Amino acid sequence: MRKVAVLGLGHTKFCFNSPKTQVEMLAEAAIDAITESNLTPRDIQSAHIGNCLGTFCEGQATVSQFACDDIGCSNIPAIRYEGACASGTIAVRDAVMWIASGYYDIVLVGGVEKATAMGTPLATRTFCMGTDSRYEYGAGLTFPGFFALLCRIYSAKYGIPMEKLKTQMAMVSVQSHEYGRKNPYAQIQQEINIDDVLKSMPVCTPLQLQDCCPFSDGAAAAVLCSEEVAKKISNKKPVYITGIGMATSGKMSSQYKYLPRIRARELSVQQAYSMAGIKPDDVDICELHDCFSIASFIAAESLGFFEYGKAPEAWEKGETRIEGKIPINISGGLKSKGHPIGATGVSQVYFITKQLREECVEQGVQVEGAKIGLIDTLGGDGTICNLVLSAD
Amino acid sequence: MEYKLPFKEYNKALRENRLLGLKCDKCGSITCPPKMACQECGSLDLDKVELSGRGKVVSFTTHYIAPMGRENEVPYTVVLVELEEGPWLLGNLIDLNPSKMSMDLLGKEVTASGRVYPGDMFTNGPISRPVFSLAE
Repeated sequence: MRKVAVLGLGHTKFCFNSPKTQVEMLAEAAIDAITESNLTPRDIQSAHIGNCLGTFCEGQATVSQFACDDIGCSNIPAIRYEGACASGTIAVRDAVMWIASGYYDIVLVGGVEKATAMGTPLATRTFCMGTDSRYEYGAGLTFPGFFALLCRIYSAKYGIPMEKLKTQMAMVSVQSHEYGRKNPYAQIQQEINIDDVLKSMPVCTPLQLQDCCPFSDGAAAAVLCSEEVAKKISNKKPVYITGIGMATSGKMSSQYKYLPRIRARELSVQQAYSMAGIKPDDVDICELHDCFSIASFIAAESLGFFEYGKAPEAWEKGETRIEGKIPINISGGLKSKGHPIGATGVSQVYFITKQLREECVEQGVQVEGAKIGLIDTLGGDGTICNLVLSAD
Repeated sequence: MEYKLPFKEYNKALRENRLLGLKCDKCGSITCPPKMACQECGSLDLDKVELSGRGKVVSFTTHYIAPMGRENEVPYTVVLVELEEGPWLLGNLIDLNPSKMSMDLLGKEVTASGRVYPGDMFTNGPISRPVFSLAE
């Protein structure tokens, strides 16, 4: 298989109530990615776009087709991928295969969402569509509810009293906001403290508002190409996608033997590590799926960074900070940067690529000497996709 | 191949306070809610069985926000129960004051009955859900 490079990048501001349509946001991010690649829209051979709820927020399916046409990538195959909150990442994974196989040389990846247009009640309803509509939605299970259930299981299984765990979870949100404040594209650029988290309104006990990422609008895009093309046209430090992984699982209750671990994550990340020929210790920076504070602990452990039940201590000790053992969510993560679900995976690619190109110095968030980055995205009850990016 | 226990049949039984599941002829495990294959060994050789509806609380969460159309249910409690036959089942916990619930609930014995969520414009009709109360 051929080596796949990340060329140009594009990213809109993530926000509440974007004045732009999904097609416009995606087109703006896409054209920036193409321009930064020293290419024109006519050079793009296909487009792979994550978008989950476009039909509900604007009555718009196939955003990929209309955005491509708007920017002059006319008549190319343009595909919408849906994997709930992992939609963007699975679009990237697929695009990697199209290039690695030799079928295409230059493709566009992107993702877009406009959840805030729906308002909180409808947005909450449509996000619930990522649960099992037959056997979970009847009881009114939501995603904060899903992670709230995991939170109690986590507390009981690892013997961490809830009060202590809640304070450690608050540290995740505090760290994400501290870094998100330095990210010009972040939705919530506001510092918060532990008290702010613990005094925020209850959402799904024991989770409170500041344990939860917001509903968001926004888009991100990147151009992927073969190594040969990258060497010919790019004047940027090269970044390659060297590992990909994906796995799925069924509804929450049928994962009972593993909870609070998500088995699909362990299988998916193993595929990505093994393809890249690396171990967790080799990873210099990670963007993981922190839809809820407790989700960061669960993810970081399954990705192999900490022992099971030990991630809370790692956040407490600062091991996930820029200067720590494994810097996590230096972009601000879903919590502060925002989570326009179709765009999230592509946004993770954007920020990891920036870090590996050493373009985060000015922002004051550069992880020095970062060579290998890991991306982790979760959709629904258990669609997991992981990507390894490497500076060589 | 058709499902041994399709959603419609499971749903109808639950409405009549009967919890159905599937017993695997190969490994003996119980799958509930139903699937086409055994959730333990993947065998398709399953038989319909009626379950006791008794189990223990594994986790719970009280929702103070609700999806569109369910605002009047707030606060409602979602519970994960380990059934005495083995599988875990998601439902609602009723007859308890949410503000009095604590981690002490974990491990408490509960029993199931059925209740109907009437559905909305996105569901294909009503959906039965297990509701659990503390065992006497």
